[in-house]
Amino acid sequence: MRNAAKKIYITLIFIFLYAPIVTLIVLSFNASKSRAKWGGFTLKWYQNLFKNQDILNALWNTLLIAFLSAFIATVIGTIACIAIQSMKKRNRTILIGITNIPMLNAEIVTGISLMLLFIVLGMNFGFLTILLAHITFNIPYVILSIMPRMKQLNPSTYEAALDLGASHMKAFFSVTFPDILPGILSGFLMAFTMSLDDFIITHFTKGPGIDTLSTKIYTEVKKGIKPEMYALSTLIFLTVLVLLILVNRSPKEKDV
Amino acid sequence: MKDVLVNLEHISKSYGNQLVLDDLNLYIRENEFLTLLGPSGCGKTTTLRILGGFEQPDKGRVIFEGQDITNLPANKRQLNTVFQKYALFTHMTIAENIAFGLKIKNKSKSYIDDKIKYALKLVNLDGFEKRMPDSLSGGQQQRIAIARAIVNEPKLLLLDEPLGALDLKLRQDMQYELIRLKNELGITFIYVTHDQEEALTMSDTIVVMNQGYIQQIGSPERIYNEPENAFVADFIGDSNIIGATMIRDRLVEILGAKFDCVDEGFGENKPVDVVIRPEDVMLVKPEEGTIEGVVTHLIFKGVHYEMEVMAAGFEWLVHSTQMCAVGTKVGIKVDPFNIQIMNKPESEDEEAAKLDE
Amino acid sequence: MNKKMLSLPYLFWCAAFILIPLFMVVYYGITDKTGAFTLENICAIATAEHSKALWISILLSLISTLICLLLAYPLAMILAHMNVNQHSFVVLIFILPMWMNFLLRTMAWQTLLEKSGVINSVLEFLHLPALNIINTPSAIILGMVYNFLPFMVLPIYNSLTKIDPNVINAAKDLGANGFDTFIRVTLPLSVPGIISGITMVFVPALTTFVISTLLGGSKILLIGNVIEQEFTQTGNWHLGSGLSIVLMIFILFNMILSAIFDKDGEGNTL
Repeated sequence: MRNAAKKIYITLIFIFLYAPIVTLIVLSFNASKSRAKWGGFTLKWYQNLFKNQDILNALWNTLLIAFLSAFIATVIGTIACIAIQSMKKRNRTILIGITNIPMLNAEIVTGISLMLLFIVLGMNFGFLTILLAHITFNIPYVILSIMPRMKQLNPSTYEAALDLGASHMKAFFSVTFPDILPGILSGFLMAFTMSLDDFIITHFTKGPGIDTLSTKIYTEVKKGIKPEMYALSTLIFLTVLVLLILVNRSPKEKDV
Repeated sequence: MKDVLVNLEHISKSYGNQLVLDDLNLYIRENEFLTLLGPSGCGKTTTLRILGGFEQPDKGRVIFEGQDITNLPANKRQLNTVFQKYALFTHMTIAENIAFGLKIKNKSKSYIDDKIKYALKLVNLDGFEKRMPDSLSGGQQQRIAIARAIVNEPKLLLLDEPLGALDLKLRQDMQYELIRLKNELGITFIYVTHDQEEALTMSDTIVVMNQGYIQQIGSPERIYNEPENAFVADFIGDSNIIGATMIRDRLVEILGAKFDCVDEGFGENKPVDVVIRPEDVMLVKPEEGTIEGVVTHLIFKGVHYEMEVMAAGFEWLVHSTQMCAVGTKVGIKVDPFNIQIMNKPESEDEEAAKLDE
Repeated sequence: MNKKMLSLPYLFWCAAFILIPLFMVVYYGITDKTGAFTLENICAIATAEHSKALWISILLSLISTLICLLLAYPLAMILAHMNVNQHSFVVLIFILPMWMNFLLRTMAWQTLLEKSGVINSVLEFLHLPALNIINTPSAIILGMVYNFLPFMVLPIYNSLTKIDPNVINAAKDLGANGFDTFIRVTLPLSVPGIISGITMVFVPALTTFVISTLLGGSKILLIGNVIEQEFTQTGNWHLGSGLSIVLMIFILFNMILSAIFDKDGEGNTL
């Protein structure tokens, strides 16, 4: 009885979370251009998608920014973690506090603060400003996922490597790095996801000539979203879903 | 004989397809200090959890003071548990931790305050009321966990490896402390441990368990001096376990040499196992011994020397206050009453003994 | 060795892209177009139009936070009692939707909520009254709950899985029934997760301008909408910054609250 209630509750929440996603997938096959009416099944939006240069450009920008910002944030974040770890407790607390600001602060405030910075620096708003902004809000997520691993590290293994004659560089890459690698990878994925899904900060730091998927969708909201957008989102979502299922499957099969 | 407090009848329990307890029968008398002793995975903790009400047995009954409490939830049972790693409420002060059970029972404030004072005094931590658990050392947290349990005046206190997380010196102190507490409070203790020394020091009765079966129940002296099978002999202290043949009553042939012993009733020319404790092996001049051998290893252990003697193809473990240098030829002698004869174990025990190595 | 040197690039980054930009917001907020010091931009929050927007924002975000908490706590408890090695699966369920653009997902609620939309068709089929909440504050609350629920579930879930099962057993052992155990032990021990969840839902809900634009029609202006317009349409950065400072005071208060309860920063893990 109680178990049934639990299952129903989880199912309801699951429906709540995924209903909009199912809706979008259904809309991507809708022949009618209107969101409200079902006009029969079609694949034409998927065909049109690959002819729509605007959307493809936005997709390319989105992916490139997500990849570059996640990668750079991961490098900076990893180095920062090593530095933070070797600091005195008080300095460490202060620096971690500052690190968390972009994550805890309102995105709109982070967005406008960076916008003001770029204005004062006289920078052209475009790809670079978006990239810098994304790196900034990605770093805390990277540090957050590496830091716990860092704390678990046994400092003796690093010292043992030094004792056995390794240089600091060599000791880091052969001993410390493999131990924190899972944290680095999940930090990278987290940052990539965050960057991909970001709208607000991009909204304030982009220039007129450039669009990511988010900002493109936002400008389309008023005049009606092109169904090609639904098709693209469906493709992205299903790709990720399939990848995740494959990744989760493979290690389990080894156990059996 | 004192009254029986708890009776476990035909208890079986399995997780998935792994059998943890198989038809376990055990009774505990009032005011007894009973220890469940065995290697990890032997079923001792599961037995304790079934007593505490945190697990339901698949089969069998738990009888407490004559009443069947098998299906009684943990919060309704007249007994308390001291958990592994203490399980203190970290968000409460020490006083609040100790008062927890009494508040649930709606005791008056003055009663609770008195009890807290009394319990803290009992565990030698007066004045710790306002402290938080995190600020205490492991040994202190352990005492609080005990205080939290005993203020409820349980008939039976269950202790699940309570000293496992403490260092050696502290563990020894706490052993004496626990014996003192038990004597002062006059309640029954069931104690779970994998540490044979702890079990020998504190218990009235030891229950040696392995792979879900009880191997032997008895007083510490009996368990040590007269192990019933190779597993018990091997698990409790160091020992020489040797395959032998019982030639007739009071005479056993070990490694081709005939030893006098005191056991009877095993039959004639019957294969048996013998247990000889290392401190019972006497090293004498070669010609005076029953078997001749050569010392192969020698280590100084403080109270005694530990030596290994190769004799008749068997490596004998010997504890002695007299030193024999490596290479010395010696004779081995054993007093008849120090030879413990055991039936060959049944297949399961044999397996268990092997697994333990 | 040169570990001190290692921290330099990051310190530089923090200064350049976190601290200085925030300082700029403060600077713009307390100056006028000529650069002279003024408190006018901050005091502008008191005007009828702005205070109304702030008030609605606070109200809607508080309601959404509360709903999130009520929905998330039982969910987190159920998830925490599930198989231990399903941790990554739990996180996945909540992260996966992020791979579908959040603007589109929020837009999809329009389709679902419309007068003749999916939800109303289902309600009609069940002979239940129709739900007409599109372009109302209720729709905005729904959008907030939908978008921010994961931020409530995950910290609570994390704090619940950290509780030693023996501590729960100890409470039962000492005579507490299920309800007592929950009130006296489980709930207090999960407070860090709750506080962290509240922070992570309240701040984005208070400051959003997207959800109100997408689901509230253009009738309802939240404080986020006001600030966004000052920056992208009116172009009065000083006023926008002044109002942002007011927002930051709320955020700061929230951060202090969470810092007090969450000393190790554990609950923040996504």
